[in-house]
Amino acid sequence: MATSRSGGSLIIIGTFLVGLVFSQIPLPNALLWARPEFIPMILIFWVLVLPHRIGMGTAFLVGLALDLIKGSVLGLNALSLVTIAYLAYLLHQRMLMYPLWQQAFLVLVLVGINQLIFHWMQALFGMTGDSLLFLLPSLVSALIWPWLFLVLNGIRQLFRIG
Amino acid sequence: MVGRCPIKTIFRGRSPGYSFLFLLLLAVALIVADLYTAQMRQGRAYLSLLITPLQWLVDIPSRAAGEVSDLVVDRRLLLKENEQLRADALLLERKVQHVAALTAENVRLRELLNGRARIDEQVMLAELIGVNPDPFQHQVIVNRGLEDGVYEGQPVLDAGGVMGQVVESTHYTSRVVMITDARHAIPVEVNRNGVRSIALGTGEMDELVLDHVADTADIREGDLLVTSGLGGRFPRGYPVAEVSKVVRDPGQPFASVRAVPTARMDKSRHLLLVTMPQPLILAADPAEARPAGSQAGVVKPDSSQTDAARPEATDGH
Repeated sequence: MATSRSGGSLIIIGTFLVGLVFSQIPLPNALLWARPEFIPMILIFWVLVLPHRIGMGTAFLVGLALDLIKGSVLGLNALSLVTIAYLAYLLHQRMLMYPLWQQAFLVLVLVGINQLIFHWMQALFGMTGDSLLFLLPSLVSALIWPWLFLVLNGIRQLFRIG
Repeated sequence: MVGRCPIKTIFRGRSPGYSFLFLLLLAVALIVADLYTAQMRQGRAYLSLLITPLQWLVDIPSRAAGEVSDLVVDRRLLLKENEQLRADALLLERKVQHVAALTAENVRLRELLNGRARIDEQVMLAELIGVNPDPFQHQVIVNRGLEDGVYEGQPVLDAGGVMGQVVESTHYTSRVVMITDARHAIPVEVNRNGVRSIALGTGEMDELVLDHVADTADIREGDLLVTSGLGGRFPRGYPVAEVSKVVRDPGQPFASVRAVPTARMDKSRHLLLVTMPQPLILAADPAEARPAGSQAGVVKPDSSQTDAARPEATDGH
């Protein structure tokens, strides 16, 4: 039991690393604004299925990594991710009962909150444009949520993490 | 079961609301520390070492794609390209001969005028390994860092002209903010007649605007804008942009001037990092340090990176 548990941690870290790489991959100009927010989604997934293990502490550390890789002010992503991890934790019992499409709707809201916090904070430091397009990723994220959930759940069952 | 996760143990027995508040305050403290203390920069450089392999990893697909397309390229195409490059090299060599003569003449004239000799800048080749995914920020990451002698505020060029400047360095990579970033400004002058101005980024890859240009200023469409060297950040005389549109509206206090950067902002993969000659930046006596013809004061090395140019706006005549 204990070995599968620590192995599980490696798999969870692995999913976050893959998420970090995906959030960095260059996209063509047409898709630049529609980049799905993989890190918040992966975080929401793990909080939903393992609320006792993955929570705000993980969110904080992943947020710091995201800040370093994005070059944003250190702590910005940590702040927004901790917030949505908390919200996801509060919602997790209800959210797991929902069918996937309904979960996707909540993901839209959560990722949207993440985007709003991040861009409001950036605006405080003068790093922003005047476009509302930064909310588009939350819609794209909601659209791919069901597939991401199935893939991550598959991984979870394959490695018996729980 | 609950006690397994180290972070969870700290907060065991408390409601998640408390840990949420704690982490929130911690994040805010980090943000404030990062914004207002200089030591955090070093801390960032060390922390970023952990992230550097990820940045390399992200670059692998495009690198591999480039190598594959090198492998399968047509022989005839290569021969044609070779021929083209030869022709280009010949043209450039002719230009260089011309430049050599001009440089010699320039040195002689400067000696006659008792002016300071111009010092040649040193350049270092760098390769682009990443692009900031945030569309609001025009930043790229290059594969040179503190170990290679990169410093904050170092000018970055590509084959076409000025591309931007370094804003953050880790040991092996650096972050370059481009001149089209909405927070960047660069002092320029019109190559034709020396009219000075400040070119501001707009957040669009193919557009700069000139700030506070008088209606009567002699700027036309097609004028080449080169760096004026006034901020002390950028070396003098490198092409920055070409004026694309001038609108003089009598109802407006200033003319609206737009320009297209000459550097290939979103296409260049190979960049040049220019090392500015030191005396120009760190001279004790400002009057001594002024390059001939420039009216600018000396910019302190620790002044805010991207806005280095803005204080000069009031200084220009």
